[in-house]
Amino acid sequence: MKVYLDNNATTMVDPQVVEAMMPYFTEMYGNPNSLHKFGTASHPALSTAINQVYKALNASDEDDIVFTSCATESNNWVLKSVFTDLIVNGEKNHIVTTEVEHPSILSTCRFLEEEGVKVTYLPVNENGIVEAHTVKSFITEKTALVSIMWANNETGMIFPIKEIGEICKAKGVLFHSDGVQAVGKIPVDLQDVHVDFLSMSAHKFHGPKGVGALYIKNSQKLTPLLHGGSQMGGRRSGTLNVPFIVGMGKALELATTNLEEKMATIKAKRDRLEDALLELSDTMVVGSKEGRTPNTILISIRGVEGEGMLWDLNNGQIGASTGSACASEDLEANTVMLAIGADNELAHTGIRLSLSRFTTDAEIDYTISHFKNAVARLRAISSSFALQKPTKGGEVQECELHH
Amino acid sequence: MAKNDLLGASLWDAYSNKVTTLMNNPQHQGEIFEADAEARGNKLIVADFGAESCGDAVRLYWEIDQKTDTIVNSKFKSFGCGTAIASSDVMTDLCIGKTVDEAVKITNIDVEFALRDTPDVPAVPPQKMHCSVMAYDVIKKAAGLYKGVDASTFETEIIVCECARVSLGTLKEVIKLNDLKTIEQITDYTKAGGFCKSCIKPGGHEAREYYLVDILADTRREMDEEKMKAAADAGANGDFENMTLVQQIKAVDAVVDENVRQFLVMDGGNMEVIDIKKGDEYIDIYIRYLGACNGCASSSTGTLYAIEATLKEKLSKRIRVLPI
Repeated sequence: MKVYLDNNATTMVDPQVVEAMMPYFTEMYGNPNSLHKFGTASHPALSTAINQVYKALNASDEDDIVFTSCATESNNWVLKSVFTDLIVNGEKNHIVTTEVEHPSILSTCRFLEEEGVKVTYLPVNENGIVEAHTVKSFITEKTALVSIMWANNETGMIFPIKEIGEICKAKGVLFHSDGVQAVGKIPVDLQDVHVDFLSMSAHKFHGPKGVGALYIKNSQKLTPLLHGGSQMGGRRSGTLNVPFIVGMGKALELATTNLEEKMATIKAKRDRLEDALLELSDTMVVGSKEGRTPNTILISIRGVEGEGMLWDLNNGQIGASTGSACASEDLEANTVMLAIGADNELAHTGIRLSLSRFTTDAEIDYTISHFKNAVARLRAISSSFALQKPTKGGEVQECELHH
Repeated sequence: MAKNDLLGASLWDAYSNKVTTLMNNPQHQGEIFEADAEARGNKLIVADFGAESCGDAVRLYWEIDQKTDTIVNSKFKSFGCGTAIASSDVMTDLCIGKTVDEAVKITNIDVEFALRDTPDVPAVPPQKMHCSVMAYDVIKKAAGLYKGVDASTFETEIIVCECARVSLGTLKEVIKLNDLKTIEQITDYTKAGGFCKSCIKPGGHEAREYYLVDILADTRREMDEEKMKAAADAGANGDFENMTLVQQIKAVDAVVDENVRQFLVMDGGNMEVIDIKKGDEYIDIYIRYLGACNGCASSSTGTLYAIEATLKEKLSKRIRVLPI
C-alpha cells in the first residue's frame, strides 16, 4: 500500500479539478485578452473561477483577488511593493513578521533588510504560535506592514489572526497573512477577519501547482510586482493562465463546500492516527488538537532521528516529512523546531504527517502499524536506548556539535 | 548554477548500494556488556560522541585484548540518519582485528571510501560526507580512554575541513602558492568547504574553531604584509621599481631636492610631485610647476629634459616625467 502523508507540502490534484481544466488546453485556448471568439470563449469559465474564489473566502465585491503564479509570488509582491509604496516613497521603515514564516517571507525580509528596512522577527511560544499581545508590543509609528502566517506548515498551529487583524486595524498598520496552510483547510472568512492582504496557493488544496492568488482588501494601493500588458485590471501582468485559474476556482470550491464536515472527517482520522502513535513511549505532539489545522501532526519520537525515520517510512511506501536538520538538502536546522526550542530533541526527532480528504482509514491503519515497526527497529539501533554506560570519561558532557 | 543545478539532487538516490544496505541492515549494531568482556578476560571501552540534542550521536564499543592491544570485537549504537548508521557500521567493521594504534589511524575518509560501491564514485552526496566524521571522532575518543590520554593527542595537525580532512597548514600554503582570492577557488583546489559547508563561515551545520573566510582573510593579509615588507626592503636597497608608492615619492623628492629644486628656486620657480603611476613600459611621474616656472617656455623643453634625465640616472631608466 502506498500512503501519501505529506499534504502540507503539496496535494494530489482532485480528478474533478483536472476534468474542469482540460477543455482550456486544447479547445478554448485563446488569449482571454483577444477580441475574437477564441479569446472570449474562456471568459465564462474565468468568471466562474473568480466567483468560486470570492465565495469561498467570503470576499466583498470591493476587494481584489488577483491570480498569481504561486504564493511565493503573492508574498514577494506584498513585501516588495509595501517596501516601494511606504518605505522608499514614504516615511515608514519597519516590518514585523515571525521567525517561523515560509522562506518566501523570510528570504524576502532578509533581502529587504539589505535594502535598509528594519525587520522584527517575532518568536513563537511553546505551542509554536505568535501571541497577539506580542505583535502589538512591536508595532511602532514606523511600522509599514505586519506579515504573519494564518497557520504554520510544520506544526499546523493556527495563529490568532482575528486578534492580530484587529490590532493592526486599530494601529493603522497594513496586515498581510500568508494563508497557504489555511485556505481550503479551515474556515477563512474575510468579512469576519481583518486582513489587508492574503496569500494562497492552489496546490495545497488539491488544485494544480503553478497558480495562486493574492487578496487585496478594498482594492487598495499596491504597486504591481509584474509590469506588462495590464492583465488582472493592471494589478498583475502576464497572460492569464486560464486552465490553472479554472482549476484553482474549482479546487477551492470543492475544498470549502461542507468544510466543517470535511474537517471533522479528516480530524477523526488524524486524531485516530495521533492517539495510536502516542501509545509509543517517549513521544509528543506539538500543539493541541483543536489549535491545529485538522490534517497535521508533528510528532517527536525520542531516540529516533527524523531522516532515519523518513527512510524507514519510505521503505514502507509512506511519504512523510521532517523538520530535522539532516533531512533537508542544505542541512539547515528547521526554523519552526528551533523557534519552539532549539535545545529540544524535537529539532531532530520530528516527523510531520499531513493528511488530506483523500486519506483513507485503511491507510491510517497501515501507517500506524508500519510506523510502530519503524520506531521499534530504529530504537533498537539508537544510542539513546543503549544500556551499557560509557567508560568513565567517555560520556558526552554537552553537545559537541552545534546544529 | 547551470542546467544540472536547476533541480535539486535527490539526496537518497545519491547513496551507494552499500550505504543503503547497511542503513537497512547494520551488521555490527548492538552492545557489548562489561561483565561479558571481563568474563572473556578482555577490557571494554565505551565512548560516546555527539548527543541527541545535536542531531547525531554514536556510542562505540571496543572489546580489547590487553596483552596485544587488539580490538577483538566492536559494536555501535547510533542516533542519526541512515548515513550515520551506515558509517558507524563500517567504522566498527574497520576496527575489528586492529590494534588500538592501528585503529586510531582510521579517518572519516577511510570510512566513506569503504562505503563506496566503486572506488571513484562517492558513497554519499556532499552534504552527507560529514556523517562519517563522527566515526573518526569517536575512535579517537575510545583510543584516548584506553590509553588514558586526551583524544586530541592523536591529532597532529589542525583540521579545518573535517569532511575533506584539509589542514590549516595546507590551506594557507595553497592560498599563497596559487594566489587564491575566493572561497570557491579554495574549494576547487583543496575540496575544503565542498561538503557540509560548516567550515566556510559561522552559522553552518556546526560551530568550528577555524573558518575558511577568516583563514582566507588572514592569509591574504599576511600576503599583503609580506609584499609590503618586500617593498620596504626594496626601498632600503634603493630598488626604485619595487618600492611602495610612498617610498617612491620620497625618493623622487629627495633627488629633486638635491639636484633640481635649487636651480628652479634661483629663477623664482619651483615644482611638486603630484603622482606616480607604474605602467608596463614607463613609470610616469606627474609634476606641477610652481611660481615663475609656470608658463616658462623651457619648462616643457630643457628644464623638463633635465629633470627627467636626473631622475632616470638616479632612480630608474623607465621614468618618464609628465608636467600637468
